Amino acid sequence: MLPQFMISRRRFIKSSAAAGALGLAGAGLPLGAARAAEATIGFIYVGPKDDFGYNQAHAEGAAFLKTLEGVSIVEEENVPETVDVQKTMESMINLDGATLIFPTSFGYFDPHMLAMAAKFPDIQFRHCGGMWTEGKHPKNTGSYFGYIGQGQYLNGIVAGHTSKSKKIGFVAAKPIPQVLLNINSFLLGARAVDPAITCQVIFTGEWSLAVKEAEATNALIDQGVDVVTCHVDSPKVVVETAAGRGAFVCGYHANQAPLAPEKYLTGAEWNWANVYKMYVEKLLAGEDLPNFTRGGLADGFVKMSPLGPAVTETARTQFDDTLAEIMKGGFSVIKGPLKNNKGDVVAAEGQSFPETAPELEGMDYLVEGVVGSTS
Amino acid sequence: METTDIGLWGVPLAILGGAIRVSTPFIFVSLGEAITERSGRINLGLEGILVFGAMTAYAVAYLTNSPWLGVLAAMATGAAFGLFHGWICKFPKVNDIAIGIALMLFGSGLAFFFGKPFIQPSAPDLPAIPLGWWSSIPQVQAALSVNVLFILGAALAVLLWWAFRNTRAGLILRVVGDSSDAARAMGLNPDTVRLLATAVGGAFAAVGGAYLSLYYPGSWNEGISSGQGLMAVALVIFARWNPLGCFAAALLFGGAGALGPALQSVGVTQGYYLFYAAPYILTLLIMIATSSPGRTLAGAPGELSITK
Repeated sequence: MLPQFMISRRRFIKSSAAAGALGLAGAGLPLGAARAAEATIGFIYVGPKDDFGYNQAHAEGAAFLKTLEGVSIVEEENVPETVDVQKTMESMINLDGATLIFPTSFGYFDPHMLAMAAKFPDIQFRHCGGMWTEGKHPKNTGSYFGYIGQGQYLNGIVAGHTSKSKKIGFVAAKPIPQVLLNINSFLLGARAVDPAITCQVIFTGEWSLAVKEAEATNALIDQGVDVVTCHVDSPKVVVETAAGRGAFVCGYHANQAPLAPEKYLTGAEWNWANVYKMYVEKLLAGEDLPNFTRGGLADGFVKMSPLGPAVTETARTQFDDTLAEIMKGGFSVIKGPLKNNKGDVVAAEGQSFPETAPELEGMDYLVEGVVGSTS
Repeated sequence: METTDIGLWGVPLAILGGAIRVSTPFIFVSLGEAITERSGRINLGLEGILVFGAMTAYAVAYLTNSPWLGVLAAMATGAAFGLFHGWICKFPKVNDIAIGIALMLFGSGLAFFFGKPFIQPSAPDLPAIPLGWWSSIPQVQAALSVNVLFILGAALAVLLWWAFRNTRAGLILRVVGDSSDAARAMGLNPDTVRLLATAVGGAFAAVGGAYLSLYYPGSWNEGISSGQGLMAVALVIFARWNPLGCFAAALLFGGAGALGPALQSVGVTQGYYLFYAAPYILTLLIMIATSSPGRTLAGAPGELSITK
């Protein structure tokens, strides 16, 4: 591992008193930071960047940045959420001269990104997720995330129109708030079409477990589910398995239409290009980067896949109308009266939680109509 | 798509279907390892060979549009890895377990490196035989849509079980595995026999990988195996080096693995993490029930480094 060797040598030289002059030369190495209107941006992915899923969505955003003047990109894939990611960040900063780093996976934040942020106070770090807290975390770090639950709501509307068995299914990784919001939104979208629809959820327990995802999809379809969506890192297996069994699919993270052109209805996709462009433009202009960034469909953080050939005209109309409503901003997917699937009231009559409501980021329930359990 | 409400029947059906769908890689890897271990050597590198086989099969199937060519190519790479392991372990004082771990990391790493361009494309799948034609219920038809490799694996298990006992090759393999000295006294060269046994074991494991990427779940990515190759190596000990036992253990693991999703799909949703642990708990219980502190494992080849 040559880069790591070089870092440790450089660090050694820096810290040794005998080599003061050499140390200065070493510290001056990151040239990108010194020159104006030019920047190197680092991207770190937890999986392969062409996985038809989470990592591909980020990599598409990074690829867009390459088209901008004066911006160069360094990327590394398959970086585990361990001390490895610290080495990757260090090498991007020291060897490639990156001044802004996007560690895109959830587990990179604490302690890895925080440790690097303390070590390199002049470098900017922005993490995908919702973990940055004012006053608790350093100013050169931050987080960005999108309200993709709205996209799953729209998925649900199309699913509700398409399902004949009135049973739709969701293959989920882990019962964390973002996943639960997606499941609930998917069902509520379908119930906006027909209140009799139920959504069966299966948790696989991990973000990427190909065989278990295929088993879960098969189990859903065996129980009569005829529209499936998912929240796992790479929806490829779920999409291919479901389409192979003749069920329809709604996508997630990125556009999976090429995998099942006939059976793909629509999908909730990230639109990170917009977000990354905003950061980089601010960086090039010498402005401060925001620490806390959020947005949904209306802000261009999230987009929908083009509707597939199986989507009916009535479904298309309701989809378009709802999308137009959402684009106005302040749309509430979770609104009262609403109970969870244990019968407790989670939103009273007249109460509504727009996409920006902080309560949604702590969601710990599945709504009535979802068959499943969070533990 | 027609559906029939099968309700709770979904659980036994899913276990049956899961046993058939999920078990095939376990069958091939454990049969391959059974041959290798019967010759007195352990190849822990089968996980790496499995992953490399999955990648090779997918890549070749995609490039030539023939899944069977993919399987053959995977077999060839598996045999090559096996030969490599066997060749290194031939030298004195070489630890086969350490080489196996190195090979596991090497095989996976190499597969990730060469497999990069093949994550996105879709390769043609291996064909399945619709053994559920007699049923009008689509779920039964789906569960009984059996891949050719599964049938091949079942046949191989029986063949090996018979061959170990009744053929000259089987006898040579067992002699070499039980005592190098006895084998040499008979004029056999243990190193050659082990080299070939490891190569065959590698080829088998790679077929297991081909099944993963070409049939179920049917796509190549870096997390495709999630440790199945390692589990299969453990299955061999669990099955007491008996090919029929390997087959049964693989079915058991496949079926138990399908339990978690199937129970959730019929509404038993509490405690799914426990259901997912079912195969491992089952293994532990059987191991405890069949072990004894007073003797070594029944059926263990005498030359195996774990029993020495």
